[in-house]
Formats: sequence, structure tokens, C-alpha cells
Amino acid sequence: MTVNAGDTAWILVSSALVMLMTPGLALFYGGMARRRNLLSTIMMSFAALGVVGVLWVLYGYSLSFGSDNGGFIGGFDFIGLMGVGQQPSEVYASTVPHLAFMVYQGMFAIITVALITGAVVERIKFKALMIFSVLWLTIVYCPVAHWVWGDGGWMAELGALDFAGGAVVHINAGVSALALVMLLGRRKGFPQESMEPNNIPMVVLGAGLLWFGWFGFNAGSALSSGGLAANAFVATNISAASAAATWMLISWINRRPSLLGVVTGAVAGLVAITPAAGFVTPMAGIPIGIVVSLISYYSIILMKTKLGFDDSLDVFAVHGIGGIWGALATGIFASLAVNPDGAAGLIEGNGMQLLIQLASIVAVAAFAFVITWILAKIVDVTVGLRVGEMEEAVGLDLSQHGERAYGGLLR
Amino acid sequence: MKKIEAIIREEKLEAVKKALEEKSYFGMTVSEVSGRGRQKGIPLQSRVGEYRVDLLPKLKIELVVFDEDVSAAVDAIVRNARTGSIGDGKVFILPVENVIRVRTGDSGNNAI
Repeated sequence: MTVNAGDTAWILVSSALVMLMTPGLALFYGGMARRRNLLSTIMMSFAALGVVGVLWVLYGYSLSFGSDNGGFIGGFDFIGLMGVGQQPSEVYASTVPHLAFMVYQGMFAIITVALITGAVVERIKFKALMIFSVLWLTIVYCPVAHWVWGDGGWMAELGALDFAGGAVVHINAGVSALALVMLLGRRKGFPQESMEPNNIPMVVLGAGLLWFGWFGFNAGSALSSGGLAANAFVATNISAASAAATWMLISWINRRPSLLGVVTGAVAGLVAITPAAGFVTPMAGIPIGIVVSLISYYSIILMKTKLGFDDSLDVFAVHGIGGIWGALATGIFASLAVNPDGAAGLIEGNGMQLLIQLASIVAVAAFAFVITWILAKIVDVTVGLRVGEMEEAVGLDLSQHGERAYGGLLR
Repeated sequence: MKKIEAIIREEKLEAVKKALEEKSYFGMTVSEVSGRGRQKGIPLQSRVGEYRVDLLPKLKIELVVFDEDVSAAVDAIVRNARTGSIGDGKVFILPVENVIRVRTGDSGNNAI
């Protein structure tokens, strides 16, 4: 095991790219909140960079990637980065320094925690969110990351394919978001009052940063700089583009081509290709992208309009449903010609892979939902999940942080 | 002295301003306001479908004129702000007790 300069450069750059996705997500979410909750929404994502960034090196990496305990969780061998140095790890990414692999994985943990927050903006108590985030990282994220990516993880042993985190990041965050919404309840005024986004250009900037960073997320998951990374890179762009164009068309057919719709579609397309990017041909990005926009679009209508869940920024519909489709699509389109370490999918005659993917979806979704529910319940009965009515009416910027987005004499 | 407060469509500002200018009414204060009348709002696009916004952006023009100029000024505003559709706005005319020019301390008709 020797360090390869090209691979190391790519993983370090990819780590920086994925890091930038979290501030990007903060802007993406922030622009969709109402003006009085803009800072608090941004804060919820950005805080993960701080809190998870520290916890990851203290114990998160170890619980996710340490030596296996029954396929369920990693051990304590990498606590405080013990034994994680400039040489490659013995089992992961054998051509890059262990430190580079560790920090790359840390960026995924950070953004996964941040993703959940979009569902609960404008009414969750910041203190409660922080306590929940620590618990969730430890008891939900680290085990699930171990199942899928850890050496000896049971889902990896089963043969489930998740190239860059469709299950670990997106299904996990999306389903947890839904559980949290069910406990937390709707925002005051939902759905009678219209919740108008305060700044759509900010949403677009955030989506742009997400798209940009996603190349590191998906192509970096090759853990090497070569053909497979290029495959994942191109598949990622094709899926994002197909989904953006599809969402534009859907909104156009229903009324007018919506910018908020186009960027939402792009993000959905990025979500769906995430588990598949290094297992499918780039061209498979087209059907994967088209389908994800169709199902996410109608999932939002179903969740918000029909079922009345105030998943405020549609985390379940975009990341949960998009991630589930991505995991299934991986089982459909996977090709051994693309990645000999992967598997053949349904189209290549291996229907079994689709069943394995389905099993992995059910396991992650069930675990995430149940444990999140329990953790959120504990936080609710101890510190209380929700801000007071007055605090909600004034807005979380002032009531939780004592700051406001726009200064000046007026407004 | 009378104060004219006109709520107009944003896109009609230039035409109204020009018409007032041609009649030598230069001084005015313009502000962005939100409001509603019988128009009852418009639908906007959300991620899926649409939502209604019932307070719409308008502009408020305020100017103070001599009593005898009121009808000419109002006429310039109304003729140039009108489209004939719902949402053209309203004009209010209010009595003004006094006006003071801050720079000189002049008051009354001299300060307009």
C-alpha cells in the first residue's frame, strides 16, 4: 500500500468539494425560508460543519469505519484519530492517506445531518436540534455508514450497492426528517398561509454549489482518480441535467416553467444518481434523472397537499423518495462492465440485485425512522422540540439567535 | 395646499413621473408599498403548483401642490397610471396644514 499522488490529490479536492456542499445547502434552504427565519435556517446547516466536524474525529469515524462488531457498528480503534495517519488504511482506499479517506467521509456525515434540518425549519428549538444532531450522528448515522461502507458491515456483505450514499446519506436523512416532522408538527399557519421563499436567487446559488460539490461527492467516491471517477462524474451531470429539464417541463405543463422547480429537479437528479454513479453507465443517468423528478414532484404534492405533512423544504420527497428511487435504479441499471467490483443489475439479467437493493432500503428506512422517532421523543420530553408560539411568530432569527439577516434602519 | 397620495402600478411610474414633470410638478416622494384592493392577489409558482399572494407590490407617489393645481396633477396621474384592468390603484387627496422647507425654514406656499 503506497500513496498515489493522483488519487490523493483527487480525494483531497473531493473532500473540499463536499465540504462546500453544506454552506451551499444552507443557502439552498435559507432562500426558501421566510425572511424572519433566514439566518436560523442557514445556521442549522452551518452548525453541522462545526459540531459534526469535531465529533467525527473524536469518535464518529471510529464508530463508522473502526473494526467490525457483528456487522453493526465500528469499534473504538480510531478514537481521536488514533492510528489514522499519512499512510493508507489497511482496508479502505489503499492508495490515499488514511487521513484523507477519514476527512472525506467526515464531510458526508456533516451534510447528512444538515440535510435533515430542511424539514423542521421555522419552528424547531435550536438547542433541541443540536442535542438531536449529536444523538442522531452517533446512534443513526455511524451505524448505517458502517453497515454499508464499513469493513464487515452487514449490508456490504449482503451485496447492497451504494456508491456514494443513496442509503447512508439520502434515504437516511429523508426518512429521519419525516419522523421528526411527525413529532414536531406543522408550522403555525401551514397550510392556509402561503409560505413565500424570501430569496430565490439565494436558492439558485445554493443549488449551484450543491451541483458543483456533488462531483466530489459522487466522483470522489471512486476513491481513486481514473476511469471510474470519470464515469461517476459524467453520470452525475447527466442525471442532474435530465431531472432539471424534466421538472421544468412538469411545471411548464401545469402552468409556467419555474426556476425554483428547475433547481429542485437538479438536486433530485443528483440525489438519485448518488448510489448509482459508479455502477451504471453514464447514459443511465437520463432515465434515472427523468424518473426522479416525476416521482419527487408528485411526492411533494402527496405529502404536503394530500397528507398535510409540513416537511417544510421537502426533505423526504426529494432526498428520501429520490434516494429510494436511486437505490432501486442501481439495482436495475448496474453493470459489471462499468465496475467489476459492483454487480449486474436487472437489465443484465440479475433480478436478485434489485431485491438486495430493496432489502437495504427497507432496513435503512426502518432503522432511521424508528430510532429518530425515539431520539426526538427523548429530546422533546427533556428540553422540548419546539419554540414557543411567540418565538415562532417573531421568527427564529431573533428568538433563537438574536440576529437578523438584513440590517439597516428600515426593515 | 393639498397632498396627493397615489397608489399606482410599478410599471406606470415612468409615465406618471413624466406627465407630472411636463406640468412642472417636480417634487415627489416615491415608496414601495404592498397592498390589496379588489384584485385579491395573484398566483405564484411554488415547487409544485402554485400559491396565492394577496398583498401585491405597488408604488406610492406623494406630492404636495397648491389647491388650484390639484385637478391638473391628479389628471396627469390618473390618465397615465390607467390600464383599465383591476389593480390600477387609487388616488387620495388630503388637506395639508403647513409645509416647511428644511434648508431655509420657509413655510407655507413658499415651501412647496
